[in-house]
This record gives sequence, C-alpha cells and structure tokens, in this order.
Amino acid sequence: MFEVIAFYTFSILTIIMFGIVVFSKNALYAMSALAGGMIFISGFFFLLGAEFLGVVQIVVYSGAVMALYAFGMMFFDTTRDVKENIHYKKVLYSLSIISAVLIVIIMSAPIYSANIESLYPSVIEGVGNIQMVGLVLFTKYLIPFELAAVMLLVSMISGILLVSKRMEMNLTQEDHYEEKGEII
Amino acid sequence: MDWAIVIETVIKTVIVLSVVAGMAAFATWIERKVLAYMQRRLGPMNVGPHGVLQLAADGIKLFTKEDIVPQHAVKPIFKIAPVIAPVCAFTAMAAVPFFPEFTVFGYTVTPIISDINVGILFVMGVASAGMYAPLLAGMSSTNKWALLGAARTVIQLLSFEVVSGLALLAPIMMIGSLSLIDINDYQIGGIGSWLVWSQPMAFLLFVIAGFAETNRTPFDLIEYEAEIVSGYATDYSGMRWGLFFVGEYANMITVSFLVSIMFLGGYNPLWIIPGAVMILIKISAFIFLFLWVRAAWPHVRPDQMMWLCWKILMPLALLNILITGIVLI
Repeated sequence: MFEVIAFYTFSILTIIMFGIVVFSKNALYAMSALAGGMIFISGFFFLLGAEFLGVVQIVVYSGAVMALYAFGMMFFDTTRDVKENIHYKKVLYSLSIISAVLIVIIMSAPIYSANIESLYPSVIEGVGNIQMVGLVLFTKYLIPFELAAVMLLVSMISGILLVSKRMEMNLTQEDHYEEKGEII
Repeated sequence: MDWAIVIETVIKTVIVLSVVAGMAAFATWIERKVLAYMQRRLGPMNVGPHGVLQLAADGIKLFTKEDIVPQHAVKPIFKIAPVIAPVCAFTAMAAVPFFPEFTVFGYTVTPIISDINVGILFVMGVASAGMYAPLLAGMSSTNKWALLGAARTVIQLLSFEVVSGLALLAPIMMIGSLSLIDINDYQIGGIGSWLVWSQPMAFLLFVIAGFAETNRTPFDLIEYEAEIVSGYATDYSGMRWGLFFVGEYANMITVSFLVSIMFLGGYNPLWIIPGAVMILIKISAFIFLFLWVRAAWPHVRPDQMMWLCWKILMPLALLNILITGIVLI
C-alpha cells in the first residue's frame, strides 16, 4: 500500500520536475528542477531496495554533476529568459518525437515480452547490495570498470594540462606588467 | 503491523525534529555565552536568568520581522532556497542512531528513524545536497556579494566532501560495513577499541573537513564581512535568514554525532556511565570544540583553504588509505 503511494508520488513529482526542465525558458528554474528531479529519482531506488544505488544517485548526480553545472551557470545572467533561436522547427520536432518513441520502445520491449531478468541475481544469502555490487564489479565487469577509471584519469590530466599553461605566472602580476607596458 | 511501523516512524520523526531544532536554538545561546566568556565579556544577560530567554526574544524578532524579497530576484527560487538547508540537515539525521536500544512498556525502541545498511553514505550524501541552499540563494538574489559568497561556499563544500569521504574510507575498510550501528558495535570493547586510536589521521582529517562542511571558523568564508558582506545570505531577512541558521546548527549536531559514532565509541556504555549519557557528553564536548575554535582562530583566506584541502589534506587521506590497506592485508 505505502509502496504504491510512494511510487506514484515520486513518479508525479519526477515528471513535473523534468517537465519544468524541458519547458521552462529560465535557466535557473530548469537547473533547480533538474537537481530536484535527480533527488526524486533516487526515491525509486530506495523503493526497490537498492539503497546503495539510491545514495549514489544523490551523491553523484545531485551532489557533484549538478553543482558543477550550476558553477558553469554562474558566468551567465540566469535571471533573464533564454531566447531560443530555432530555424528548422519541423526537423527539430520530428527528430525529437522519433527519438522519444525509439527510447520508449527500446525500454519497454523487454518488459512487454516478460523477458527481463537479472543476469546476476544475489544467490548468496545474507549479502547486502553493496557487497553484491562489489562482487559483480570486480569479477564480471572488472575490465570495463578499470577502463572507465583510466579514462577518468586521462581526462583529469588533460584538464589540468589545459588549465595550467601559464601557471607559473601570477594573474595579478600579469595585469601589473600590462599596465606598465601601456604607460611606457 | 504496517500501521504500527508508520506510527512509530512518525513519532520518532517528530521527536527528532523538535528536539534537534530546540538543541540548535539553545546552541546559539551557548555559543554567545561561551564566546563572551572567552573574550572576557558577559554575553546576553538582561533577558531572563543569565540571558536564557534571549532565545525566545530572538525567535520573536525573527518571526515578526518584515519579510523582504528583492525586486529583481528570481522569486520562487529565492523563497525555496532557505528551506533546503534545514530540510537536508534534518533528512540526513534519518539514518543516525542517536541512542542505544531501550525498552518502554515491553516494546523495544531503536532510536533511529530508518536503519538502512548504507547509513554513513546516506548521511554524508544528503548533507552534501544541502549545498543547494547557498547555491540557489546566491544565484537567485541577483547580487554580486551573494553570488561570490555562494561560489565560495559551494566550492568549499565540494572540495572538503572529497577529504571527508576519503578520510572515512580507511575506518570503513577496517569495519567492513557502512551501517552506523555496525560501526558503533565494532567499538564495543571499551576505550581501547575506539577507532580514534587505530585511525588518528582519519579522525583529524574528518574533524577538519567537518569544520569546513558546516561553514565554521576557521573556514567560514561566507562570513567575511569585510569582503562579501554576508555572502549568500546578504539579501535575506527575518525567518528566511533564520532557516539558514537552523540548518547550520543542525549540521553541526549531525557532524558531532558522526564523529562520536565513527571514532569515539558512539553510544557504548563506559564503566558505570550508560551509553546515552556517554554520547551526550561526547556531543557536548564536540560542540564546545566548535565554539572554542571559533573564539581562538582567525579566518583563512579562500586560496589558503583550497591549498590546504587539495595539497595537504587530500594526499594525507590517500596515504592513510594506502597504509591502512597494507596493514589490513
């Protein structure tokens, strides 16, 4: 009973939130609604008994990803409405409708044919879902996991390289030199 | 059966909300008194005995003050932002076991709202979602100081989140569980089995990160009056500002509980002192430490803070994990 109530509450809230994200013209509204929607999605994980994934959803998406988006948005004036500049409305609408239908078909086909089952059901008794995630990650999916880690490392190093081109020169010093140059 | 659990949870939630909100309000008075005595002043004295009723006076002032919303602010977000701070702080407490189990009229009560087996991760994650309060407040105020303050607060929370997560990893590796109840039971054998002895480095790092995550001095960059007025809270008045305040104090209490349970033996009884009293002593001592540091230390600059976080604390935390791993193997 309570699970049903909770499920419908979370579904309605999530749909409203993501609706705001898509339809709102104000970047600040869209951003806050996206963050809220991410948190509501974690409710589904808790309902399904996957507490670990639910918390990871909160930490990763709401805690880290959205905060970085918000940081990027601090450089713009988020209080004004965004003027959208769309030239080919028909192409845009048909493409978005086709992709939406495709995603729905891809996601619902296995459920419709009742062909969905977990590849690695937790066969061991008394093992929580953190331990199961760990077991599967470090046995079956070890190589993709490590590859993802290496990719993250590469992107981190390249990010540092891009930023640190003129790290040895202080920004304020630079301004000082430029001023001097103008005077001379 | 179902209804019994629902009613029990609702009662626990109401108790936690009212008691912690009361404690948070009381902590403001304690803070003013402690700071005053450390600076050889008297602090609030006029309202009630030793100024205890100053709390009520402050509360009345906050509730009856005119509520001003700036003309050019993004109004809905501006109004939602202060609510996020206490909501996240109190939600995080849902997974904190406050006291040991006790029995009332033959009914065993576990003083934790929801015993999920990823307790510590939940508390840290939800508390970190509380950074949306300063973030949205700063972005919706359309005020330069608010925006700068929000940027500072958020970057501070995000950076020290890394340190506190890595610091907690080492003791969790030893215990092998994320549940706060398991963590508490691991240290059941008296003072010698407290994790602070086997993980002193993790304890120190977590306490420093705790100061940063609750925006306390020496890391209270938002209260640099000389630089950014009052940070993200510049445009707020009355109870909207009060909500940020309640959130901050609730977070302080959560961090004190986390440190006591993780490193200082939690609510295990010691000698003849029962467990509930033990944890209250630890929490009070820790909150006093928060106030003591505020009285004794100056602010740090934002660049010094970032330098401390990324160049000193994070490598130390990684080293700590490495050494713990080697010792465990």
